[in-house]
Amino acid sequence: MSFFDKRTSKTASNAKHVVDPALQPWVEKYRPQTIDDISAQEHTVAVLQKTLTSTNLPHMLFYGPPGTGKTSTVLALSKQLFGPDNFRNRVLELNASDERGISIVREKVKNFARQTPRAQAVSEDGKVYPCPPYKIIILDEADSMTQDAQGALRRIMENYAHITRFCLVCNYVTRIIEPLASRCSKFRFTPLDPHSATDRLNHIATAERVAVTPEVIDALIKSSGGDLRRAITYLQSASRLSSSTQPPTPITARDIQEIAGTVPDQVLHGFAHVIGVDVPGFQNEPPPKSPFDAIQKKVKELSREGYSATQLLNQLHDLVVLHPTLNGKQKSQCGLVFAEADKALCDGADEELWTLEVALQVHKAVV
Amino acid sequence: MSLWVDAYRPRTLNDLQYHKDLSARLKSLASSGDFPHMLFYGPSGAGKKTRITATLLELFGNGVDKLKIDQRVFLTPSKRKVEVNIVQSNYHIEITPSEAGNYDRVIIQELIKEIAQTQQVDLNAKQRFKVVIINEADSLSRDAQAALRRTMEKYMSNLRIILCANSTSRLIAPIRSRCLLIRVPAPSKSEMQDVMQYVSRRAGFDLPPDVSDKIIADCDGNMRKCILVLEALKMQSPDLTGDVTIAKPDWELYCNKVGDMIIAEQTPARVMDVRAKLYELLSHCIPPTVILKTIAERIVSRVDEAIKPQIMHWAALYEVRMRNGTKKIFHLEAWVIKVMSIYKHHFYGMDLTELMEDF
Ligand SMILES: Nc1ncnc2c1ncn2[C@@H]1O[C@H](COP(=O)(O)OP(=O)(O)OP(=O)(O)O)[C@@H](O)[C@H]1O
Ligand SMILES: [Mg+2]
Repeated sequence: MSFFDKRTSKTASNAKHVVDPALQPWVEKYRPQTIDDISAQEHTVAVLQKTLTSTNLPHMLFYGPPGTGKTSTVLALSKQLFGPDNFRNRVLELNASDERGISIVREKVKNFARQTPRAQAVSEDGKVYPCPPYKIIILDEADSMTQDAQGALRRIMENYAHITRFCLVCNYVTRIIEPLASRCSKFRFTPLDPHSATDRLNHIATAERVAVTPEVIDALIKSSGGDLRRAITYLQSASRLSSSTQPPTPITARDIQEIAGTVPDQVLHGFAHVIGVDVPGFQNEPPPKSPFDAIQKKVKELSREGYSATQLLNQLHDLVVLHPTLNGKQKSQCGLVFAEADKALCDGADEELWTLEVALQVHKAVV
Repeated sequence: MSLWVDAYRPRTLNDLQYHKDLSARLKSLASSGDFPHMLFYGPSGAGKKTRITATLLELFGNGVDKLKIDQRVFLTPSKRKVEVNIVQSNYHIEITPSEAGNYDRVIIQELIKEIAQTQQVDLNAKQRFKVVIINEADSLSRDAQAALRRTMEKYMSNLRIILCANSTSRLIAPIRSRCLLIRVPAPSKSEMQDVMQYVSRRAGFDLPPDVSDKIIADCDGNMRKCILVLEALKMQSPDLTGDVTIAKPDWELYCNKVGDMIIAEQTPARVMDVRAKLYELLSHCIPPTVILKTIAERIVSRVDEAIKPQIMHWAALYEVRMRNGTKKIFHLEAWVIKVMSIYKHHFYGMDLTELMEDF
């Protein structure tokens, strides 16, 4: 038992180093502590609530885009199951920053699963925790595990099934091999809907005493695309900036767009005009004499401005797809180009070449 | 004697001569303990690194200047040794994981965890956290990026990460989600003028505006290149009067020549000649993407409007293939042949519809 004693005393001394909450980044400060705090993801939350009251838990697979609450949920669930005292000896978290070669995983799981300390359900803080008779192994960011490692994990899962539950967390469920995925209950995390995101952001703004207008919230939601972590980071930076000016100025929607790296409408429209897409404000300007040279020049100018090609193409895509006068055929042709470019950029292609390629192809499709 | 780019590099955020708004923004972020992880991105030579260094100074004060350079050896799981250079002060550490090639994940895992798990020892330090600067973050492998994710969250109280990259497109979404994005655009022409005038004054001479105009026109928004060219010119012709010409680098002239060769003749024999030249360029370590882009730009500046888009289309396509493939020369050559055939068909006015079906 002395081993565990040492462990606890070490945690206690660590606790003294805790950072002043006023200096904590809000994403960590407002990380949900219980699964009730999780915004949106109603279905997942409802199912997990039930598991808190029963003593059984399936293997689980959480998947969805970044910043939607996956890691927060699994951590909150584990805390609620075991309480602070038992968390350490009942929950093992392995993420992509740990060495996850299969022999190492096997070794870690084996060691971890070996002892089942009998846990008293009443913990030091006086609360009663369910403390079901198994351990939880969280494999966060599981999509970065190799196929081989995942294959070997199957066996490990079976061998230790009587005593452990696995929880896999990933962004892309398709990168988890089928035999593994099929052993788990799957929970899909969706990008946060504007309503839930608004509530959460307002909650944080109120707690931090920052004044936010509906326009600011709107800008946060638009520029973060359902990624709550990003929205919170933007909000905190904006509030830091606005409170540091003399006298403090209120946060504006434009501040948020600037922080988020959104390409300003004016720049986007300038680009759209050169490639022949009609935009407000440029209707009276004549088309350039040599379209190729004009487009090439514009693309160079944009890359000097440092806008990320992905961001630029995303915004151009929305502009084209929602365009009032382009016809279906033109839009479809553009769609093909955007898809091609997205793939190329993911493969690490040269940004300038592909921005130019999209510009030229859209020009060809619409003029 | 250090180069002017280093000698007259601004040290503090206040000294930075352009993007004043951005400097103010960084200053306010640095003045608080809730400094976020950051990702600086923008074209080369726009001043990202200078800005990061100035931000560090704002965060920690003078101690960040006391730098130590070490070489560390890491052991990969397959027991291979990788060496990387590390620059560090008491408050920060700077690494370029791409030096380790495919083993960059090991560096990230080991080093960052090691730093993350130790507390700041200097009790007088202005911040509780240490900063890790990761250069060339856009060439981090997927695995290395994945290894950063949870570390960035878990150890946020002792550690902040500053990534420096040319673009954000190659960083995975979960990393972008964990950072505050800071775009550093290239300076405008007049901002570049101001900086060059400042450097000349400090170096003790008068810079004729027409000379600096010429340099700026040649440097494509790259401030670092401007100052380097300025210093080189000044060495060549100390009075900077008369007809100063900025010599283009050899490799660029060579690429232009290749472009001209392609336009002059389209035969199998010419393909062989071009191939020899491409090998020559590659063996001098000119990045294949740069070769392709430079030749393509030369060609489109000299051919008929009608075929320019196709030439760039195939350049874009072969560039990705080249990146994912292993034999750079294959793809360069394939593109050359493609361009020759487009050019020839256009020149003889042949009907292209059949050939261009997949375009
Ligand atoms: N559904 C949610 N409810 C409340 N807060 C959330 C939610 N989703 C994200 N957040 C906020 O965003 C932060 C990051 O969330 P979390 O770590 O759970 O994301 P994740 O889904 O694991 O993302 P990744 O795929 O990038 O690992 C949390 O600390 C919290 O502040
Ligand atoms: Mg996570």
